[in-house]
Amino acid sequence: MVGNLSLVGYGLATIGPAIAVGLIFAAYINGVARQPESGKLLQPIAILGFALAEALAIFGLVLFFL
Amino acid sequence: MSFNVLASTLGTMAPAEEVSHFPPTPEIFWQPLFSVGPVTVTRAMVVAAISVIGIAWWLIATTQRAAVVPSKGQFLTEGVYGFVRNGIAKDMIGSKEFIRFVPLLFSLFIFILVNNLFGITPFIQMPTMSRIGFPIALVLIVYVVYHAIGIKKRGLAGYFKFLVPAGLPAWIAPFIFVLEFITFFITRPLTLALRLFGNMFAGHMLLVVFIVGGWELFLADSFFLKLAALPAWLLAFAFTLFEGLVQFLQAYVFTLLAASYIGGALADEH
Repeated sequence: MVGNLSLVGYGLATIGPAIAVGLIFAAYINGVARQPESGKLLQPIAILGFALAEALAIFGLVLFFL
Repeated sequence: MSFNVLASTLGTMAPAEEVSHFPPTPEIFWQPLFSVGPVTVTRAMVVAAISVIGIAWWLIATTQRAAVVPSKGQFLTEGVYGFVRNGIAKDMIGSKEFIRFVPLLFSLFIFILVNNLFGITPFIQMPTMSRIGFPIALVLIVYVVYHAIGIKKRGLAGYFKFLVPAGLPAWIAPFIFVLEFITFFITRPLTLALRLFGNMFAGHMLLVVFIVGGWELFLADSFFLKLAALPAWLLAFAFTLFEGLVQFLQAYVFTLLAASYIGGALADEH
């Protein structure tokens, strides 16, 4: 059983992007709650931000295999 | 025996001999089905071929006799097309030039969506995009397209000049140029390919852990371990639904980002 530590490290590394994704959607929900008609406008922006934040977690997954 | 059949159905499990496969290395995932001469065929290739045939058949069948009052199939096709056309291309590229990129974006979206959904289709259970070669091929197309239209619009020198926003102090421009160059030529294609790959791969692994892990628990000697198989399979069911959501979202995100890169290359200023 070699390499367990890198697995744990990857688990820890996902905390950052997880918080980021949570913040992005919290802001999106806040915005739509205050201004319901802005939902359609904000949705691609929120998804875009989510995708960019998530890329960091994906990098971690790939680095785990290297 | 039955475990190996199940494992090979899931496509990513270890060979039959009892050696530890933890942590997994890339070699474990190289499982060719058969080879014809120099060409080796893998499961992902078969699934991709099935998806292409299926999509082609579906699109021809639903659009050949297109009517003003659409049938159910035509309605679905038009719905997806309208979603890509208005929801992604028009928003991201702008209403002036978007129409010539709609075929590319529509093909990307529908190909990725169908291939992703194969990941939760019973008896196939193989998201093609969990093999890194497939996302790289798709990203190469997008990469060539958005650079080509950018260079076509401004010329090669103009394209590189476009990387630096106008009106910056002269001393900071080289740093911004290096940053933007890395973003345009390295980070964007890398993240685009890895995001799709990583999501599909991780989701596939998640399902394997719960389904095969539940099966292993079920085969265990202890009664309580057998009991623990039930929640494992319930979670596998829940995660299958969740995966469906993620798979749709990733197809959407890939197309959205491709459209946004194309729109960025066509934009008049930053």
